[in-house]
Amino acid sequence: MALSITDRCVNCYACMDVCPTQAISKGASQFEIDPLTCTECAGQHADPQCASICPVEEALLDGMGELIHPLGSLTGIPPTLRLVEGNAERPSAP
Amino acid sequence: MELIATSADHSAPTASGCSAKGCGSSNDTLSQLPDALRKRVENHPCFSEKAHHHFARMHVAVAPACNIQCNYCNRKYDCSNESRPGVVSEVLDPDQAVHKVKTVAAAIPQMTVLGIAGPGDPLANPERTFKTFRRLAEEAPDIKLCVSTNGLRLPELADELSKYNIEHVTITINCLDPEIGAKIYPWIYWNNRRIRGVKAAKILIRNQLKGLEMLVARNVLVKVNSVMIPGVNDQHLKEVSKLVKEKGAFLHNVMPLISEPEHGTFYGLTGQRGPSGKELRELQDSCSDSMSMMRHCRQCRADAVGMLGEDRGQEFTLDQIGGQQIDYPAAMEKRKQVHDAILAQLDAERLAEAAAPSNIPSGPSVLMAVATAGQGVINQHFGHATEFLVYRVDGSQIEMVGPRKVELYCGGPGECPEEENRLQGHLNALIDCRAVLSAKIGIGPWQQLEQAGIEPSGEYAYEEIETGLRLFYNDLLAQGKLEPAAASATATTEATA
Repeated sequence: MALSITDRCVNCYACMDVCPTQAISKGASQFEIDPLTCTECAGQHADPQCASICPVEEALLDGMGELIHPLGSLTGIPPTLRLVEGNAERPSAP
Repeated sequence: MELIATSADHSAPTASGCSAKGCGSSNDTLSQLPDALRKRVENHPCFSEKAHHHFARMHVAVAPACNIQCNYCNRKYDCSNESRPGVVSEVLDPDQAVHKVKTVAAAIPQMTVLGIAGPGDPLANPERTFKTFRRLAEEAPDIKLCVSTNGLRLPELADELSKYNIEHVTITINCLDPEIGAKIYPWIYWNNRRIRGVKAAKILIRNQLKGLEMLVARNVLVKVNSVMIPGVNDQHLKEVSKLVKEKGAFLHNVMPLISEPEHGTFYGLTGQRGPSGKELRELQDSCSDSMSMMRHCRQCRADAVGMLGEDRGQEFTLDQIGGQQIDYPAAMEKRKQVHDAILAQLDAERLAEAAAPSNIPSGPSVLMAVATAGQGVINQHFGHATEFLVYRVDGSQIEMVGPRKVELYCGGPGECPEEENRLQGHLNALIDCRAVLSAKIGIGPWQQLEQAGIEPSGEYAYEEIETGLRLFYNDLLAQGKLEPAAASATATTEATA
């Protein structure tokens, strides 16, 4: 199984630096996880390292395609208080 | 409240200067330092208030990754028109950064300092950060290198840092109490795990203080930055100031929280307000009993270029500098001439001050604001200023209190808001000031300032700031306009903005 990165990624390099299998690389518009190399850190760490350092909500999906960090889970910002969709600061929805 | 206990040894530090209040007649708290120490900060615009009128700095954004989350930060940092820490237009790799530094150093010879400050945390990007420092130490030895960090990884990297001749480090320490920390930092990444809450804050604070001690022991000058968050850590920062001084920090910089909702931060979106200029000044004043305070910080971007308060980053984007060839040895010669000339001027001013007879304070202490575009001179039109520098002036002393940002009240014909409202932002920002000096000022603003109890003057245009302040202060004193009763009569209405 492998994790994957959505277009919420802000290209901060944090995940690439901590990935123990070098499965993460800089893609055309955001970082990408090579599904053949990603081990979800099984046997190496208690939690996948990218998912332990990623600062952005909705940027990582688990092996089942589920969001690992739903809105509010990292910043504590209630989803109702988010900047409205379509605001220039917010990337387009996946 | 639980405080983090670290080493009980408080004996070593001697680096801290005299307090702002105990420094004779100078307006620079650092000018009374021993010569050796003064030499280390005299051309650093962030460590010396005097230097910041003459010397420039730049940041290179080679450090995008971060290992903690702060409630005043939004990690979607890519923005070209905001001015706040943690924001950049483009992230550079170390080689691009070195080229940019050399290009700027050749174009802006007053640039003495290169800092790495983000947009994440430099020490969460050790390879990119240290590669940049390593190359610059070899190829551009006349540039001072410094780094600004949250401190989480300082204990493990302090030795590595001191290898590159880095003499100045800034650590952001917002609290000593992990309960308060849990309200500022939702999580940290530590030992391969994401850790939340009080436990996270405890680790972070312990590492910050340990890192501070280690740097001081390695003869590094350490500045501590703290973000003032009303209702969260404002009452606590005096204690921070005291402890970091005991541990050998050289300077404390208390900065106002920036929390505009459109920045998308936790504090911005949950309605946490920042402090007013007056609240910030009062806290800085109360900390200055125990610590030298930095008052001239502009909270610049992680890719800022130029004098503090200006940003010329748009002149040096990768697109623009890509093909340029820089003859650095030639640039270094020119830079040395420029630096020597500025330092000679500063030295002459310092000696003249020391030689001047010291007056006994005879006038009341008042705040006065100045519009300046740099070089330590009153050289900006009131209506063109985006910030005013506020000074505290009495019969014998002039000392900086800090910059106050304002919005331009008129962008040209057709853009002016209603006459009666358009200066309200300026009046709020300068509410505790008695006077404002600028190169020129229109009659409308003049009248409104006077009505608000703030004396305007354009009479000291192109004078040095200290000279203009002293002369106008003496004028006002002679006219009986600085009597304590008159001084505060109109200034008691607190800003509502």
